[in-house]
Amino acid sequence: MAKILLYLETTAASGKVQLKRSSLELLSEVQRTGWTKEALLLGSHAEAAAAELSAWGLSALYVAGDASLDLYNPETYAAVFAEALEKSKPQVVLGTSSSTGRDLFPRVAAHFQSGVISDGVACEWTGDTVKIRKPMYSGKCFVTGEFLNAPVKFVLMRPNQLALIAAPGGSAPQIQKLGMQTPLKTVIKELVKGTSEKLDLTEANVIVSGGRGLKEAANFKLLQDLGDVLGATVGASRAVVDAGWVPHNMQVGQTGKTVAPSLYIAVGISGAIQHLAGMSGSKVIVAINSDANAPIFQKATYGVVGDLFQIVPALTEEFRKTLAHH
Amino acid sequence: MKIFVCIKQVADTETKVKVLPDRTGLDPAGVKWVMNPYDEYAVEEAIKTRDANPGSQIHVISLGPKVRVVESLRTALAMGADEAIVVNAPDSLDNFATAKALAKAIEGEGGGDVIFCGKLAIDDNSSSVGQMIAEFLKIPHTTVVSKFSYKDGNVIVERDIEGGAKEVVEMKAPALVGASKGLNLPRYASLPGIMKAKKKTIKELELAGLGIEESEQKVRWTEYQLPPDKPSVKMISGEPIAQASELVQLLRDEAKVL
Repeated sequence: MAKILLYLETTAASGKVQLKRSSLELLSEVQRTGWTKEALLLGSHAEAAAAELSAWGLSALYVAGDASLDLYNPETYAAVFAEALEKSKPQVVLGTSSSTGRDLFPRVAAHFQSGVISDGVACEWTGDTVKIRKPMYSGKCFVTGEFLNAPVKFVLMRPNQLALIAAPGGSAPQIQKLGMQTPLKTVIKELVKGTSEKLDLTEANVIVSGGRGLKEAANFKLLQDLGDVLGATVGASRAVVDAGWVPHNMQVGQTGKTVAPSLYIAVGISGAIQHLAGMSGSKVIVAINSDANAPIFQKATYGVVGDLFQIVPALTEEFRKTLAHH
Repeated sequence: MKIFVCIKQVADTETKVKVLPDRTGLDPAGVKWVMNPYDEYAVEEAIKTRDANPGSQIHVISLGPKVRVVESLRTALAMGADEAIVVNAPDSLDNFATAKALAKAIEGEGGGDVIFCGKLAIDDNSSSVGQMIAEFLKIPHTTVVSKFSYKDGNVIVERDIEGGAKEVVEMKAPALVGASKGLNLPRYASLPGIMKAKKKTIKELELAGLGIEESEQKVRWTEYQLPPDKPSVKMISGEPIAQASELVQLLRDEAKVL
């Protein structure tokens, strides 16, 4: 029987160790296959997260719980990932197009004389292989990626694209511990913490983004308030990043982040092509702008023309009332 | 120091994409080709590093149909790179074969102390060739780099990770660095630079000469398709409070995203 190895990631953002939503999406997706399923977890959270995996029908869970793996080091991660692959011998390895996945998978794929497809939005499982649908040219077209004589197929899926299901039940996986090597050429000297405790833009399911229409940096507070009510991550257009209002890690678009949340609210963003390139894959787009001719409205699902300084606080209040009733 | 910069020529973001009738690729007619924007940060950082380390040299290298990719190499030369190499290859060779060919070509030139790439190319958004080159050359790599320094054979970089956090990473050279925005402000080519770049001989290599065959590719792209047309925007009019109320109701009941 064909076998799949899942590369799973954990988060402790809520105060307790959990699998990331994107990892639950991968677990959900592979339930559609009749394949043998195994998974890999790295870092000191691994054992705590293992309990959550007991009902997902995994036959084996490879774990390296060394605390040095709490920080991503390409060298140590590649070594431990390769060890898991040699033990598991899967046909397909599935992970998330996350900061770590995007850096790690290609290197290990090359090591195994194999290829990698990233940014997948849908999988088609056939025989012992998989075809992956993905956007190209900033979502201006879509293509299907097929593997050719690759001994292992490495696949990275975008967050928020695969349907979540409840864990189907089953017995807990057998845990296999992996060894740990000391890195020879790469040392992580320091972690500089970010300012935001929110989900990264690339993983957020709801994003509120601001542009020049906000007039000055201090007015991003309006978006923070709206974001807090919605549980959204706040993003920004390139214009306001280049103006120094907000840091670059908040930039959505070309030379920033490519995002595809369920809901994207663009506030005071005209919709330059570089911005549209990074967010047009969003499921529902709301545009709020004073200029009825702004290009953003051509990409939007819902458009609101008016004064954002009146509309955004009204919207925050309205969301607060609606979400309180849930 | 010997510095390599790997650059990719990509369709400009402004290009209107058209798919070939047999859906095997993009219609090249009307495509404007430019240097991948992240590679501009790589070229700029290479120039700054060379200038800070007297006696250093920058080799820019690109893979693709040589008739057009030489244009991006000339742009890099005009910015200030010293030498340029083109690996002549079919359009959209896969990331595995591309990385293997570039690694072979770099080895053939005697290798480098630092190899710069862009963190990803904006066409396939794949972010893979740099890490694969590093694996083939058995050297360390760091991608998404927004700060770089080099001293006594050590490369120290800042890697942007999730949520605005950064990792400070030290690598033993030779090492590969994937450049991100924030690293620098790429310079424009000067007029004398452009004149000089025009006269420069670009070294030409063929895939076969590097021992690479097209059959080594691991991934093939098929079924190119434009996304379905979006229904046109639903505009919400009225006073701000009424607009807010209607929008929230539509998001909840019609779009069902709340």
